[in-house]
Amino acid sequence: MSISVMLMQLIKGLGVTAEIFFLTLIFSLPLGLLVSFGRMSKNALVRTISKIYISIMRGTPLMLQLIVVYFAPFYVFGLKIPNYRFPAIIIAFALNYAAYFAEIYRSGIESMPAGQYEAAKVLGYTKAQTFMRIILPQVIKRILPPVTNETITLVKDTSLAFVLAQAEMFTMAKQIAAKETSIMPLMAAGLFYYIFNLIVAFAMERLEKALNYYK
Amino acid sequence: MPDSKKILLQIDHIRKAFDGVEVLKDISLSVREGEVVSVIGPSGSGKSTLLRCATMLETMDGGSLSYLGEQAAFEEDGKCVYVPKKKLREIHKNFGLVFQNFNLFPHYSVMKNIIDAPVTVDHVPKKEARERAEKLLLQLGLSDKADAYPCQLSGGQQQRVSIARALALQPKILFFDEPTSALDPELTGEVLKVIKELAKEHMTMIIVTHEMQFAREVSDRIIFMEQGVIQAEGTPDEIFHSSNERVREFIGKFQS
Ligand SMILES: Nc1ncnc2c1ncn2[C@@H]1O[C@H](COP(=O)(O)OP(=O)(O)OP(=O)(O)O)[C@@H](O)[C@H]1O
Ligand SMILES: [Mg+2]
Repeated sequence: MSISVMLMQLIKGLGVTAEIFFLTLIFSLPLGLLVSFGRMSKNALVRTISKIYISIMRGTPLMLQLIVVYFAPFYVFGLKIPNYRFPAIIIAFALNYAAYFAEIYRSGIESMPAGQYEAAKVLGYTKAQTFMRIILPQVIKRILPPVTNETITLVKDTSLAFVLAQAEMFTMAKQIAAKETSIMPLMAAGLFYYIFNLIVAFAMERLEKALNYYK
Repeated sequence: MPDSKKILLQIDHIRKAFDGVEVLKDISLSVREGEVVSVIGPSGSGKSTLLRCATMLETMDGGSLSYLGEQAAFEEDGKCVYVPKKKLREIHKNFGLVFQNFNLFPHYSVMKNIIDAPVTVDHVPKKEARERAEKLLLQLGLSDKADAYPCQLSGGQQQRVSIARALALQPKILFFDEPTSALDPELTGEVLKVIKELAKEHMTMIIVTHEMQFAREVSDRIIFMEQGVIQAEGTPDEIFHSSNERVREFIGKFQS
């Protein structure tokens, strides 16, 4: 197999990797906010459920979660869902990352000084307006560094989708490496992950800078 | 102050305890339109708590509270009952509060800090809100700071912005909780000057302060609080020449 064919296949895999990455972020970032609300809820039951959820998601291997999400519908409920592989991967990733993001949101929200809520209350903002206009924008600035960390981890974690034989970049690299008995494809994949993360880090840095107009 | 003026704030027999410790014990107070009332007293006497109860940042344990004759809270079976939320929101529009540490919104520019509540909460057209804000900034000597962010301002400037933010909602009564105690002495003057100007325009104000000379100059009435009760109340002259031992001792501390 020529190098260009190998690269083409890896790049195709990279496309799937990027898809997993972006879809996971799109779903887990808002879901994480919801879970963090649950975690901080006044209702003890909601709070406990959220806590258990976060604890399980963070306390068990993501690889195991991928397998469970993929196989549970059939083995537990006898359901056969066509074309379920990719959705299963996104569901598992989103559920897992939402737990991490929830804790990050919570730490950010809890770090906000009470004076911001009080000022908003006296000015007549509703609770929803206070959160959306006053609290959340400041929380986003505060949590950007830990979110960057998680995002970089996510780029690498996408490779776990190989357990479900999803044709993302790592799976492709492994297959080609086995067929060609060469370590080259794996090295190339490593380089691609690295470049991907350079771009992610650069984008997050830009975002941080953009929010640096206030302290 | 002539009694013919409308009563804007009426507080009757309010009580408030934290963890079983009574911080406010049966406080009553009424404030008429145009009146400037200063609240003085030692640390921990309950001055902030009184302001926080009046501005509904704290829920009272007992007593009643009304603005312009509209009841916000009343006592029933020994408990304090607040009127429904919708009603409270209306009553909220009557007052503003200036905090010791400003509590400006750091992610908003000075202009946005001032116009956001009128636009979002009161649905004032943006153009009108801006005009109102520009007038306030001019009045408070901040015209060149409209586009600055709070972190770029001195403490005195931040406090003046927070006063402008409160005034932008056109409250009938404005509370201040030690508006200058987070400021360096040289910045205190500029904020006190602004408050004095507001007093001249007959803005109704209740000011918790440790600035005795300022309280004496600006107030129509001074209230001396200690251990959760109003120990003495009167005109500045009455308070500064009080026969009450505690009042004399307290004021004496500031004049040495
Ligand atoms: N949220 C709270 N929880 C528990 N105790 C509180 C709370 N707020 C105030 N207190 C207590 O209530 C008492 C009165 O406090 P308050 O802040 O009203 O005093 P103050 O007169 O404003 O004092 P200062 O001049 O120091 O500002 C103090 O003993 C304080 O410790
Ligand atoms: Mg106080």
